[in-house]
Amino acid sequence: MEKHCTDSRVKGVSTGTTILAAIFDGGVVIGSDSRASMGGEYVSSKTINKVIQVHDRIFCCMAGSLADAQAVIKAAKFHLSFHSVQMESPPQVIAAASVLKDLCYKNKDELQAGFLTAGWDKKNGPQVYVVSLGGMLISQQVTIGGSGSTYIYGYVDAKYKPNMTKEECLQFATNALALAMGRDNVSGGVAHLVVITEKGVEHVVVPGDKLPRFHDE
Amino acid sequence: MAAAPVMMPYFGQQISSKSDLVPDWTRQEVSTGTTIMAVEYDGGVVIGADSRTTTGAGNTPLTSPVCVCLFQTQVRPILTCVFGPAHSIELDEPPLVETAANLFRASCYRYREELTAGILVAGWDKRKGGQVYSVPIGGMLVRQPVSVGGSGSTYIYGFMDANYKPGMNKEQCMEITAAALSLAMERDGSSGGVVRLASISEEGVERRVILGNQLPKFSTH
Repeated sequence: MEKHCTDSRVKGVSTGTTILAAIFDGGVVIGSDSRASMGGEYVSSKTINKVIQVHDRIFCCMAGSLADAQAVIKAAKFHLSFHSVQMESPPQVIAAASVLKDLCYKNKDELQAGFLTAGWDKKNGPQVYVVSLGGMLISQQVTIGGSGSTYIYGYVDAKYKPNMTKEECLQFATNALALAMGRDNVSGGVAHLVVITEKGVEHVVVPGDKLPRFHDE
Repeated sequence: MAAAPVMMPYFGQQISSKSDLVPDWTRQEVSTGTTIMAVEYDGGVVIGADSRTTTGAGNTPLTSPVCVCLFQTQVRPILTCVFGPAHSIELDEPPLVETAANLFRASCYRYREELTAGILVAGWDKRKGGQVYSVPIGGMLVRQPVSVGGSGSTYIYGFMDANYKPGMNKEQCMEITAAALSLAMERDGSSGGVVRLASISEEGVERRVILGNQLPKFSTH
């Protein structure tokens, strides 16, 4: 996912951020930090939730301009619930991702928002999709995004293994977010994590003081 | 002890622009992204770099046993006259790592407007043992137990924070450096090739090269 650019082209409050989604054996973990900042100098919110539920078993993480991301997600939720009624069944994860992709691609000149979509559906099980800034859509096993993500590419590449257990994956996601928040000044606060499986959805919030500490802290 | 004036050639020639025939990038100054890393252990330091650096040699020996890794985003003429032999003869012992680091810092700070260079100085001396000093762009000087630099370094901060522990021995330091550099080379377009490692201790300098196919592999996803 493209690195978020914090220059004057970004309007207003932006989510310099770290977001992450990873598939484990039987489900998917999606998570983010909770800081919203203006220009990298002022933290306008310490506790915003960047993990948004768009349907029962489908969640999105947003990065980029907060205003753009919220507007897109609002429109996407509407499209998705309408689609779900028409199909008379819960939407597939790729449907949610495609709706976001469509909005991002068709309005690419005005928008500056990217998304991670993660969820579970009956047809394909746990999935993670990335919709980048310009509207590209790809499916991945594990993905990171936001400005803080550059610092954890090495960690994620080294640590992620396919078919982890839920606990291993949660620990991996918490560690990765903690490391990114430790190095990126526009990521911070608490770690919001959501675990999505066939059985349901579980929210985990790790407050700042309970985040894993590493040798230099 | 060999004196080695370290001079970086100036690559910014203007090629006459038959614009369609010559691609844009040939007209730009060579910018050398890279990844470098240095780690202290009890008794010495391990220093490593990828092989996509200016001179292709990566680690430039300064005076034994102090080694220097250069990373920079734009190549500018840098003439660092190494004090080497004269200084050593006066002191009657090898120079301190801190002295070498301070000399780099002095040049980088004084010419901060003209230069764009970041430097890691690592070595061993009798007084303080293994030391790593970081002189980033701008000319600050700080000693750190482990430090990374270069364009590829951003990708491995998290890995380094998670995996470095104080009190590692030489082999562990070599492993963590090789692993970190491989990860960075995987992600950074400006880093790559082979991993060059050197360990510096009282006994001297031991160099290792890890070829592309021998690099540690990580789960591909």
